[in-house]
Amino acid sequence: MTGGRLERGLLGAAGVVGFLAIAELVGRAGLVPDVMPYMSEVLAAAALLPMEEQFRADVLATLAACLSGLAIAIAVAVPAGLLLGTVPFLERSTRPLVEFLRPIPSVSLIPLAVFVFPDSHDAKTALVVYTCSWPLLINTMYGLSDVDPLAKDTLRSFGFGPLAVVLRVSLPSAAPFIATGVRIAVSVTLIVAVSVELLAPGGGGMGAFQSLAGSANRADRVFAVVVWAGLIGLAANVLFTAAERRVFRWHQARTGDAA
Amino acid sequence: MNRQPLWPRYWPRYWLLPVAVLAWELAARSAQAAYFPPPSRIVVRLHEMWFSGPIWRAFLTDEAIADLLPSLARLFTGWGVACAAGVLAGVALGRSYLLSALVEPLVHFGRSVPPATLVPVFLLLFKIGTPMELAAIVYGVIWPVLINSMDGARHVDRQYIETGAVYRLSAWHRLTRIILPAASPKIFAGLRLSVSLALIMMVISELVGSSEGIGHRMLEAQSQFDIPALWAVIVLLGLLGIALNTAFLGVERLLLSWHRGARG
Repeated sequence: MTGGRLERGLLGAAGVVGFLAIAELVGRAGLVPDVMPYMSEVLAAAALLPMEEQFRADVLATLAACLSGLAIAIAVAVPAGLLLGTVPFLERSTRPLVEFLRPIPSVSLIPLAVFVFPDSHDAKTALVVYTCSWPLLINTMYGLSDVDPLAKDTLRSFGFGPLAVVLRVSLPSAAPFIATGVRIAVSVTLIVAVSVELLAPGGGGMGAFQSLAGSANRADRVFAVVVWAGLIGLAANVLFTAAERRVFRWHQARTGDAA
Repeated sequence: MNRQPLWPRYWPRYWLLPVAVLAWELAARSAQAAYFPPPSRIVVRLHEMWFSGPIWRAFLTDEAIADLLPSLARLFTGWGVACAAGVLAGVALGRSYLLSALVEPLVHFGRSVPPATLVPVFLLLFKIGTPMELAAIVYGVIWPVLINSMDGARHVDRQYIETGAVYRLSAWHRLTRIILPAASPKIFAGLRLSVSLALIMMVISELVGSSEGIGHRMLEAQSQFDIPALWAVIVLLGLLGIALNTAFLGVERLLLSWHRGARG
């Protein structure tokens, strides 16, 4: 298997290099509009960006809003999901409300959030919380419906109260589903955070950096931010997938979808 | 399937919706909250803005046609283009070892780029207008479709392919009769994700750069401090989201019914 992996890695690297070379050649040959920078210019700009104080501050501003928003969403949505998932009456009653609120595209709340939160950093965090809460809530509830009833009954027959059952059986066995919710949430946080920054650049962030570079007609810098945003997104993805696999190895072993 | 009459089966489940609306109405009226108008005012604004037109136009006003038509046209065009391209490219990648090995890192990078960061790029490339919004929708939508199609096409049961080889099916028939049907549950999983993404990208691209459409209407309401109109747009987008999801699930159930039948 390692030989195949090496081969795939080499082919992948060749693909990346080939893509960059083709993009550069297409640019040099004048096949794309003039506003498009050459690939080499984009990469050079991207390599220089981390040296800039402002860019570092903006990346941190975006990540801070994403992480604090995610943390608040976990603190709110997971207990809410536990409550709704363990009390069938509440679950039945709130489901229509959830089904109605969830399809509202979170970015459509941006113009309103800008009014409600005069500080655009708060608006960003609030929208990240709103967006992340849905996948977390839904996945927590879904995970709870998958809990082994035998385990719950066992604990109950040993005289544990309902809270102990939730904390000792339901939460651990729903945890892998919650983790999936977190992974889904993470991929949406960046979209929402950057969208707020584009529309309300007052609070800084990568989107604000981009709109500044765009209005200065520095296409190379706009593209360079895209490169970094992609790398950050990729890193977050790899990190969360690896952490999930590591922490929940027992779950994969149990359900048998290890590959 | 238990065939109970609809009414007693549904009404106890929906009791919270009217209660929530009523609570909001009372709270908003007593608190006089500027940014949270009572639902009754939102509905009135929604009605006078879009749905108070003549009967022969299904009650749609001129404004409704001017706002909704361009947005919906872009939504469906962008979604359609992205789905077609995503399925095509995904199936090709899934069936070719060499191709998928070559582009896999690029695909993972591409789908990790938050599509919102590309809105300024498309704004520079195309200026404000429909091409820029289409590009944003296509980019936002294509990745889940592509990745799921790739996954589905890669893991087609070997026996199906070999049976096709025994019967000497042509390449075209192998694609349309074996690979696409076998990959379709996965493909539809990607398409389902893409519906809500398309709506998100439509809104964000119109908020950043457009001179017409639902997003533009929001910006106008924002600049005129017309909070009920802002809420009316949010409600409309929510209803649109529900309608699109329901329609999609219906189509999926129809097209994939053979699959559930075959798998039991």
